[in-house]
Amino acid sequence: MNRLVSFSLLSRVLHWLMAVMILGMLFIGVFMAASVGPDYHRLVTVHRPLGIAILVLAILRLANRLRSSVPPLPDDLPPLVKRAATASHILLYGLMIALPLVGWGMLSAGGFPIPLWGQSVLLPPILPHNPGLWSWLRSAHTILAFALFGLVLVHVGAALFHGIIRRDGVLRSMT
Amino acid sequence: MRVITQLRLCLSQDHSHRQRRTGRQFIPHKTGEYRKYFPIAPFAGNKSSLPGVLAEDNRIGPENMDQKPAGPSMLALRWLGVVAVPTALALAFLWAGGGFSPDRITQNRLMAELHNAGSYGHGFRRAHAKGVCVSGWFDASADATQLSQAAVFHERHVPVIGRFALAVGQPYAPDSATTVRSMALRLMPPDAPEWRTGMNDPPVLPLRDARDASDFFASQQIDPATGKPDPARTKAFGVTHPWLKPAAEENARRFISSGFADDTFHSLDSFILVAADGRKTAVRWAMMPMEPAMPSNGKAGDHEFLFRKLISDIHDHPLQWHLVMTVAGAHDVINDPSQIWAQDDQTIDAGTLTLNAIESEDGGPCTDITFDPLVLPPGIQPSDDPILQVRSAAYMRSFLRRSGEKRGPSAVTPNLIQASSEGKKP
Repeated sequence: MNRLVSFSLLSRVLHWLMAVMILGMLFIGVFMAASVGPDYHRLVTVHRPLGIAILVLAILRLANRLRSSVPPLPDDLPPLVKRAATASHILLYGLMIALPLVGWGMLSAGGFPIPLWGQSVLLPPILPHNPGLWSWLRSAHTILAFALFGLVLVHVGAALFHGIIRRDGVLRSMT
Repeated sequence: MRVITQLRLCLSQDHSHRQRRTGRQFIPHKTGEYRKYFPIAPFAGNKSSLPGVLAEDNRIGPENMDQKPAGPSMLALRWLGVVAVPTALALAFLWAGGGFSPDRITQNRLMAELHNAGSYGHGFRRAHAKGVCVSGWFDASADATQLSQAAVFHERHVPVIGRFALAVGQPYAPDSATTVRSMALRLMPPDAPEWRTGMNDPPVLPLRDARDASDFFASQQIDPATGKPDPARTKAFGVTHPWLKPAAEENARRFISSGFADDTFHSLDSFILVAADGRKTAVRWAMMPMEPAMPSNGKAGDHEFLFRKLISDIHDHPLQWHLVMTVAGAHDVINDPSQIWAQDDQTIDAGTLTLNAIESEDGGPCTDITFDPLVLPPGIQPSDDPILQVRSAAYMRSFLRRSGEKRGPSAVTPNLIQASSEGKKP
């Protein structure tokens, strides 16, 4: 049987493109939420379209992942670790999709216009104008963002563990 | 990617060297490689295979012994490689969130300063807490169309939801003639993005940037002994911020009108109007009342005299203002709201605001809106004025806080609206 040693080129391009976008997004988010200027507005203006781009790419990527085969994890990884790896990847996909949706939903609930880029193109609201909901979703947005960042750190740590401690080809399959 | 590959190649040299020597394929669990990164091989999935692994390891013992001198330090270096990147990312994240910048002015810091300055909270706006909802429409004069492509400057009868308020942190504070009054508007052309604006009655803002704002809020901290800000701190703010003196003096000299209906409300911050051909014009704007401005005759006995008068006025007849754009002259400072502009600047009457309905904030249409001055339609852009961003960020944070809190009744209740309008309307 021919075992895949590497993810497809499309998977790898999507992975590294999104890695940069998601990390950039998390840093922009945490910075702007703890800032009142001078770049606050510019960052908010970048944060919205970048979030939507991540949402679109994440859905594309999920579709690509579901219809393509991927290199298996090394046989000698204990089942528990394999399960943890699978669970962490499901969570990563979930958060990549949930965070932009929560952001979009929270702006809708807050009654804000949601300009995509510039001021002319607005996204339609996806939830009714409701300040209680806005407050709840705004807090959820923060908590989920911290969860995603924590998961990214674990993901990076695990990748490096595979790459420079175990050297089992797992990191190479994505590079 | 290349860096990671190189790092891996570099770090794996000892192993490829052995592979060449022994000619055996490198299989971690077969060679006892685990022992190099885990002393007791916790990753060995099948426990029954553990003795086998160890046995095999013993078999190749001499080879492992050869490498022992380089082993532990190399392993430490490799573990360092694993730990360093996530640690660096975590530290950078902490930095971005202000974790290493105690002096940074954050949204939460401004909220805390407002709280210490006596802001009430409990579901109310952190500043401008006492208010009332109004509604009506805006009719463009078409005179501003040459400066801005914004729909509001072209269309007639653009629906408006607004709010009149006092610039206080306490929603139940008694009305005072000299308290700063504000008019906030949400203009909603049916076929174009909305425009929100918050205006105040002083002509300039004695604050230049986020630092000034933070220093000012801090200087207004309530002294527990008196229940009021310490006058010494207020004075010290003036002394340490001499560049704000002209603005403070200008505001102290301002005409205090009899109420909201005959008051002038200023944008304070500058904005950039963008015409259809891309031409940009820096402006400030003001709502100039059509009512003749009468001097205040403050009724100290009535806690709600300003709002009572507004209710009575608006039920008596629709209240109107002209939206007057002041075009920045050659010497006007665009990015500093504390700077007074020249008196002979060109002005343009952009249209007429008509307000004909008033409602309590309890259930009123303005309660759930934050009048973020950076919610702008195409044709109006923010200037470089730093206070605009301070306002946008702080209003958003205030909106988040109050939306998650249980709210008591407003000072201007539906009953007050009813009582103050009796006899004015059938």
